[in-house]
Amino acid sequence: MFIGEASGLKVGKATRDAFGETLKDLGASYPDIVVVDGDVGNSTRTEAFAKAFPDRSFNVGIAESNMVSIAGGLAASGKTPVVASFACFLLCNAYDQIRMSVAFPELNVKLVGSHAGISIGADGPSQMAIEDVALACSLPGVTVIVPADATSTIKATQAMLEHDGPTYLRLGRPKVADIYLDGCDFEIGKSIQLRDGDDATIIANGLLVAVALDAAHELSSRGISVRVLDMHTAKPIDEEAIAKAARETGAIIVAEEHSANGGLGSIIATSVTRTVPVPMAYVNTGDCYAESGDLDGLFEKYGLTANAIVEAVRSVIQR
Amino acid sequence: MASESNRLPIEGLKEKALTLRRHIIRMTTEAGSGHPSSSLSAVEVVTALYFGGFMHYEPTRPDWPDRDRFIMSKGHAVPVQYAAMAEAGYFDVDQLLTLRKLGSPLEGHPNRKRLPGIEASTGSLGQGLSIGIGYALACRLARQESRVFVLIGDGEMQEGQVWEAFATAHKYKLANLTAIIDQNGFQQTGATADVLDLTPLAEKIESFGWHTQTIDGNSMEAIVEALNAAIQITNCPTAIISQTHKGFGILPVLEAEGDLNFHGKPLSPDAAKKALELLS
Repeated sequence: MFIGEASGLKVGKATRDAFGETLKDLGASYPDIVVVDGDVGNSTRTEAFAKAFPDRSFNVGIAESNMVSIAGGLAASGKTPVVASFACFLLCNAYDQIRMSVAFPELNVKLVGSHAGISIGADGPSQMAIEDVALACSLPGVTVIVPADATSTIKATQAMLEHDGPTYLRLGRPKVADIYLDGCDFEIGKSIQLRDGDDATIIANGLLVAVALDAAHELSSRGISVRVLDMHTAKPIDEEAIAKAARETGAIIVAEEHSANGGLGSIIATSVTRTVPVPMAYVNTGDCYAESGDLDGLFEKYGLTANAIVEAVRSVIQR
Repeated sequence: MASESNRLPIEGLKEKALTLRRHIIRMTTEAGSGHPSSSLSAVEVVTALYFGGFMHYEPTRPDWPDRDRFIMSKGHAVPVQYAAMAEAGYFDVDQLLTLRKLGSPLEGHPNRKRLPGIEASTGSLGQGLSIGIGYALACRLARQESRVFVLIGDGEMQEGQVWEAFATAHKYKLANLTAIIDQNGFQQTGATADVLDLTPLAEKIESFGWHTQTIDGNSMEAIVEALNAAIQITNCPTAIISQTHKGFGILPVLEAEGDLNFHGKPLSPDAAKKALELLS
């Protein structure tokens, strides 16, 4: 059973594929876009843009630090550089360059990290970014977007290119369920309510949105009604929707494909304690590194299943 | 275009270099912190770039698209750039004395958000050449003739990213990019040769496909000649290894202080007074 099947969703494209196609499609209408690649363009899917616009694409080799600082120089010259790599190498390897060459000078660089989270699977923990959202959110002025499916990724890519300022877009490797086949009203910083309920609110991003929908489906069969929010923007966080959810449902569960440290859970907890304090629970990969394996096995072992969310909801409601 | 006052003859450049040195001493001693010796070694290079006709810029229009770019990759030496910018007319000379003070755009390390004319925010070593590549690529895309000059410390050359940048600039044959290595021989805790020796530096850079010159970087004649040679090159990026003395111009004062490195500390008011006498 694939993620999202229980709630009636169908498998669609990977978010990285939706991004790559959108970037290529927008290339002609956004002449300032340039791509800086660390020789992983066929993985991050910037390859399509590079083929269509070879003069505006620079493969600078396996050198993420250099790649990010070059993008800073391009942005300072008025270009809109899109820098894509595996999320772990982009954020973890080039963090200082993102800080000094992009965030601190407030340059309009679009950082795109693919293969995020543990869903990259067999390649193992060295390739799994489970710290990237925390790292990106720690940088003043950086917008952080974690889309849940192909349609919202198309919208997120457009919104990122329209937005003037440093932005991190987090993408995944596997094909994921289509959540927004009927369209997606995407706005940076505005969460999307996918389901309403009274007993608790599940706030999720990325691949965990579909998991949250499966959990909500299961909970409703047990007579528990939950609201589900797709919190696609981790920063700036949609404080209004969070406070409303806390006020109206009385409990919040945060689900994300990230470590327990500094990601969406931490950000929402900060917001909740500042606005409408309510009991909270968290579904994430914990404070550990995962291992090689298949996606289903990894999600089961590292606690990212619908069942894990169901249990978290039940535990928090009882408090 | 730069005005003719920015194209001084050699004697005028030497006079200007003295003026920049006096600014550096005054501003760092007033600030009570900073890196005067690291700034002093690079005075000839910065003077030649700003006032020798090598850089085209408009102080009243710092974002002029066709300007040439200067990136101070060894950001701690920015007092020499501030001094040049003040002399060029980017801001008032009196403002130099606000260096490192709360509210001043003349921060301890360059901040492009706060001071128009600063092209890159630096201070974490190793990034300036890569940023320069970004500028150089953008100039090429826009079919601009602009040149990009990046000043790098010799200690900074120990950062791996610099070598990633050397390789990349060669790949794109960025003849509009010039790296100047201020080889003053010292870094924070001692001589670069003792901390992490990169000799033979010229051969290393040359092997990356760069046109490379090694010169006496505290000789105005030598730096002018080297810059003239560099801008004639049209098929590859260019490097100038500028062999300098840390604290050049006030070496007797540093000798008397018993520290020829004198890294990351200002002269005391007394020592500054002696230094200014030397530079008068």
